[in-house]
Amino acid sequence: MITNKDILGIRNMNSDEILQILETAEIMKKRIENKEQREKILKDFSIVTLFYENSTRTKMSFTLAAKYLGANIVDLGVSTSSVNKGESLVDTGVTLDQMGTDIMIIRHSMSGAANVLARNVNASVINAGDGVNEHPTQALLDLFTIYEKKKNFKDLKVVIIGDITHSRVARSNIFGLKKLGANVVVAGPSTLISKNMECIGAKVTTDIKEAIYKADVVMGLRIQLERQKGGLFPDIREYRQMFGINKELMKYAKEDAILMHPGPVNRGIELSTEIIDGDQSVINEQVKNGVAVRMALLYLLSERRKGNEDINSKWKNVRSYTKDKWNKRYIG
Amino acid sequence: MLDPIQKINGIKDILVEDGIIKEVKEKIKVKADEVIDARGLWVTPGLIDVHVHLREPGYEYKETIKTGSRAAAKGGFTTICCMPNTNPVIDNEILVEYVKMKAEKEALVNVLPIGSITKGQKGEELSNIGKMAEAGICAISEDGKSVMNAGLLKKAMKYASMFNIPVFSHCEDPTLVGGGVMNAGEMAERVGMKGISSDSEEVIVARDIILGRSTGVKLHICHISTKGSVQLVREAKLRGEKVSAEVCPHHFSLTDEAVEGYDANTKMNPPLRSAEDVESLKKGLKDNTIEIIATDHAPHHIDEKNCEYDRAAFGIVGLETALSLSITHLVEENILTPMQLIEKMSTNPARLLGIDKGTLRIGKIADITIIDPNEEYEVNVNDFESKSKNSPFHGVKVKGKVKYTIVGGEIVFKNGEFIDKY
Repeated sequence: MITNKDILGIRNMNSDEILQILETAEIMKKRIENKEQREKILKDFSIVTLFYENSTRTKMSFTLAAKYLGANIVDLGVSTSSVNKGESLVDTGVTLDQMGTDIMIIRHSMSGAANVLARNVNASVINAGDGVNEHPTQALLDLFTIYEKKKNFKDLKVVIIGDITHSRVARSNIFGLKKLGANVVVAGPSTLISKNMECIGAKVTTDIKEAIYKADVVMGLRIQLERQKGGLFPDIREYRQMFGINKELMKYAKEDAILMHPGPVNRGIELSTEIIDGDQSVINEQVKNGVAVRMALLYLLSERRKGNEDINSKWKNVRSYTKDKWNKRYIG
Repeated sequence: MLDPIQKINGIKDILVEDGIIKEVKEKIKVKADEVIDARGLWVTPGLIDVHVHLREPGYEYKETIKTGSRAAAKGGFTTICCMPNTNPVIDNEILVEYVKMKAEKEALVNVLPIGSITKGQKGEELSNIGKMAEAGICAISEDGKSVMNAGLLKKAMKYASMFNIPVFSHCEDPTLVGGGVMNAGEMAERVGMKGISSDSEEVIVARDIILGRSTGVKLHICHISTKGSVQLVREAKLRGEKVSAEVCPHHFSLTDEAVEGYDANTKMNPPLRSAEDVESLKKGLKDNTIEIIATDHAPHHIDEKNCEYDRAAFGIVGLETALSLSITHLVEENILTPMQLIEKMSTNPARLLGIDKGTLRIGKIADITIIDPNEEYEVNVNDFESKSKNSPFHGVKVKGKVKYTIVGGEIVFKNGEFIDKY
């Protein structure tokens, strides 16, 4: 069901693929919770993580996901590798390819880097974040979390607040949410948000209250403190007071709204500590779901590499859902 | 035969003797060493490209004067102007002499060097503009960037006007470009890359037009790519100012949609723009706001292109595709008549440079291009004579092919083969 060799972005995925990943993640989540069920179904697979940019949760999440499935996963350790001797991305990829890598997981500061790697190697490439372009696995775990809480995507109002222009998380989420039928509003200071976002389907506003009004899902984004030096907003104090999300603002959302954040959070800046640790927050749940979604993705990619089309036959409980039912459940 | 200057558009015989056009009339009866039957073909004044990067000295792994001139000959160009952003930068007469000497020895076509505006293109001190003018540069340019110090540029313009050489202006304000790598707009939003806004080009176009007006220099705006730039040039021309502008074939053949897929062969500066900009460029060509088509032939090694888009070099090769793309997108689409196309690729460039070319008048040097406007083919970068293959047009079907390139009466390229004197 995964159409392409690689997972480069949500933009080029269709809703069936996304739903299948979420569906599989549901089963995987049980396996995290119940140790006896952690089958070593990926024991013949070798996976390399290739992180040109820092990461805690994405890298750990992928690593544990791979280990729970029994795969061999190694980290290139970009800072101690030949990359430091000036080896190009393509050469590094080809080298790892020759060593028999099945899946490469790459994070890079430049948009499209995963695409460049993917077209130069035989291994499947998973984009773990490229520049300001996409972060597909983060979006998938966000979608999974929303599904768990809301059971439906159709006509949900999802608002994303903060530095939208530099956020691959926002972009991947917009692509995914639109494909599944949700309405997306993005809000932030006009220097950190582009009117062009409307062409990818999001409604753009600089009015935070209007954005949050009657929202089902409120997603805050990390504000990178170095943006201030680039002249994109005057200072942290002003940002917090004008664009930070707090308890007062959350009152404009629906009563059962959930609060999300991809992490790491600047406590007290984009979100107040009160709401991070409040009842509406699902931020910790997102982290657990991240492992489940990545297990699902690794599994589905490995099945595609084996050329096994009918992967659902492995799990009867999945097969019991017909596609129609899934569409009903997720898209409404 | 097509000659905009003599307003000839018809069947003629042309007699070339000792490198000079000896006679042009209906029927010439004379025993010649070689007779070319050009029935059904266009016989035009040799094409002139005012904007080429030959990369020599300094970047011979990308291109050399020899390989670049072969690419030019194959593309129908008999004269090319080479930009000074080499290493070292062409900023004094000794380097101009070096390029001329290499061209004399190795080039298949006429090569006219362009000198830099400031020493080392650092934007601090004027280059030896006068000495370079004596040595034979055809223009000065800081191509690759703008002289950001407006006061210095104004002095350069004043100084250059003393030698009657034009200033070729690359228009780009780096503070507005930021780290952009493609056109700012919806497509950049879709593919998640930093955009280069139109205003980064337009503010400098406006500034340079104003400075051109106050200094009276012959100002030429390189590779304009936006609707706003076309409008600025149009208005300046309406005011009667001495300004000309060029457009590159890729800017009217492709839009930023081509960037999808992150192939760095779609990365150049200025970037591929929106469909609206492309329409404006075509309109500007049609109403003669844009009077010159130039390639901005910018060869880069494959290692500088098969990499992350952000890291890849800006620029694509163009000498071997320019004519075909122009015929395909301008003549076939009735934007330009064949005569107007030749005007923009030969007559007008010659006028800008102030050189005695761009016509097939009797007594002129026999630089001639013979073109089959109907031959269709598929662009294959592996067939390029250029050392570099960085073109987004690989595999694209185009119309119009160069059959003969004749430089100073010598056939240098004939039906796909080089008549190589080296």
